[in-house]
Amino acid sequence: MEGLIQQVFAGLANGAIYAALGIALVIIYQATHHINFAQGEMAMFSTYIAWSLINAGIPYWWAFAATIVLSFVGGVAIQRIVLRPFDHAPALSVILVSVGLLLVFNSLAGWLFTYTMKSFPSPFPATAPSPTSYLSMHEIGIIAVTGAMLAMVYAFFRLTPLGLAMRAAAENPVSSALSGINVGRMLATGWGLAAAVGAVAGMLVAPIVFLDPNMMSGIIIYSLAAALLGGITNPWGAMVGGFIVGIVENIAGAYLLGTEVKLAIALAIIVGVLLVKPAGLFGQRSVKRV
Amino acid sequence: MNALLEARQLHGAYGRTQVLRGLNFAIGDGAVTTFLGANGAGKTSTLRAICGMINTTGEITFDGKRIERLRPDQIARLGIAHVPEGRGTFSRLSVEENLNVGALQRRSKAPVAGEYELIYHYFPRLKERRKQQAGTLSGGEQQMLAISRALLMSPRLILMDEPSFGLAPLVVREIFQIMRVINSDRKVSLLLVEQNAALALELADQCYVLESGHIVASGPSATIKNDDALRRAYLGY
Repeated sequence: MEGLIQQVFAGLANGAIYAALGIALVIIYQATHHINFAQGEMAMFSTYIAWSLINAGIPYWWAFAATIVLSFVGGVAIQRIVLRPFDHAPALSVILVSVGLLLVFNSLAGWLFTYTMKSFPSPFPATAPSPTSYLSMHEIGIIAVTGAMLAMVYAFFRLTPLGLAMRAAAENPVSSALSGINVGRMLATGWGLAAAVGAVAGMLVAPIVFLDPNMMSGIIIYSLAAALLGGITNPWGAMVGGFIVGIVENIAGAYLLGTEVKLAIALAIIVGVLLVKPAGLFGQRSVKRV
Repeated sequence: MNALLEARQLHGAYGRTQVLRGLNFAIGDGAVTTFLGANGAGKTSTLRAICGMINTTGEITFDGKRIERLRPDQIARLGIAHVPEGRGTFSRLSVEENLNVGALQRRSKAPVAGEYELIYHYFPRLKERRKQQAGTLSGGEQQMLAISRALLMSPRLILMDEPSFGLAPLVVREIFQIMRVINSDRKVSLLLVEQNAALALELADQCYVLESGHIVASGPSATIKNDDALRRAYLGY
């Protein structure tokens, strides 16, 4: 029993990471109706930026903030330069571009920073707050930061005019433009925001998995499973989905399958959701009267 | 009457297919203007050309400014609201959010709350359904929503593409009544494109008849209405 509880809590901490990256996927989806497969690699690259800043002697939280800003700018630039020519291209072209970006960032990181693992500091102590606690301070920190980020993203999309404009631009670009919304700027802002949120996810996970160019390759699949399970249109869904995927992954890995085939669970969740409930647990089903 | 919008030698094309072949027309300030003609005559394309949605050559002047090189969102912010074919509903957003989108780039600095009240007064059904997903509205309700969204932009000119399309006669009458109110009380100019010529001529002051991308007749609605030969040849009633 004790072991099971331990697995559940460890799953929560992993789940928070999946949720954080899942939120980034939700943002891009909200803003563009596409899935960005390069989200994980962009987050990894952002984390290298943070690592470089910290190594240059900049205090952790300053580096943290600077990385978020740089990632936002980078995300905007990628959308404007790389994706803009595909504005009117079919969905498949955009998917291929994002897969291409994935490879570019992976190789670029390997070339610039080598493939050797690097340790990345955590702003939270690695110790547990009390001897009976199931979570370390760092894990509690991950959950808290992800929760705060989620609340901000949710409030942004639901309560601010810019958030509404972004949702409108994704839903019906032509009608948005006719309503005076600069659709191109909305798409770019969506990419920027997602890159910023992804950067936070990367900086949170790096102390656990160590920093290397492939650190996100598994995580992005879990995050995709989390976002789909929760419903890709709903940031809260990504959070709940993240926790469910994290816990299921841990328990199944420990008791049913062994850690070698854990990743298969994420794929099973993705296929299962798409077959049984494509809108996810909390996603909005699109209803159209004909 | 002064012209609010004026087009000179307006050509328009989808790719290589020419759809507008040198149109000259003027939309009177405060007036209702209608473009009539058969399917494929270029009515919808004219609206799209004004809004910068298709490639054009020629001049378009709106309120003294040249707009033919601007993007659709820039043109919208200058005060031209386009209620497009298919009504442009944001079907995943709620009815209220749809209206909020219209108010996002509002030109007028006047408080927007009164505007919502007025819209709910025009179309009480939108108020009842304001929390509902807009995709679940009926065709008539979506048309009302589209007009309301346009109004919230506080435009000087509203372009309406076939507002009667696919709607029951009773609903069409309701919508045309409100359009008349919008024009007379709010001093918003209207450019109306319609298949239903009889209906459009009743509302409009000025009329242009299009055929294959050319203007073949124009004049005050009363004159066009009473020209039997023209009516039978182009307007089919």
